[in-house]
Amino acid sequence: MNPLLIAILVIFGIAAILCVIRIVRGPSILDRTVASDVLLTEVLCVLGADMAINGHTRNVPVMLIIAAVGVFASISVARYVARRDNTTP
Amino acid sequence: MTVTSFFETAVPAPVAETIALILVLLGAILCLSAAVGLLRFRDVPSRLHAGTKPQVLGLVLICLAIAVSQRTIGGMLLGMVIVIPVILLQFATAPLSAHMVGRQAYRNGTIQKHSLVADEYAESKQTPPAAG
Repeated sequence: MNPLLIAILVIFGIAAILCVIRIVRGPSILDRTVASDVLLTEVLCVLGADMAINGHTRNVPVMLIIAAVGVFASISVARYVARRDNTTP
Repeated sequence: MTVTSFFETAVPAPVAETIALILVLLGAILCLSAAVGLLRFRDVPSRLHAGTKPQVLGLVLICLAIAVSQRTIGGMLLGMVIVIPVILLQFATAPLSAHMVGRQAYRNGTIQKHSLVADEYAESKQTPPAAG
């Protein structure tokens, strides 16, 4: 197996695990939203990497849909998150 | 050299494969840097700053890798045409979500006020938008 390929797999795996750690630990819901957005972007990158490595173009519709509708999660959470009562800033 | 033979000119397979793998590796490193930034930074806007790097540059690198892995020049052009809608959609929607999350983080108080260099939003809140 190509060492570059192994490095790519390991780096994608570590990045996904770190994102999940931030989703679990994140103090506010906005931190979790940002982390899940990064995780979704990473899914997009992994789909693209699969196409580039195996030399096919079957995943393009999935990438298109994820790029189009992935933004709705962040927007809806940011729109409806409760405003914290910070009387003492 | 005719047009058809130009479009069918192929890059040698090991070269194209290595270039595609290096581009994918750069995209993967950007994803890793975003994840490390998510863990290391302390408030929402700085995490947002770290997290939006692979959303644009990483995706562009990986889409370039998809185009390069088609090997022939015509295939590369066709691959670019296939992946350009994905890149354009991501360019259009990534700032949108970052803007909404950042504004809500400011209103929510989940930012560190002393780390702000300029705070134009506070000045604009003191004067109403239609004040002239």
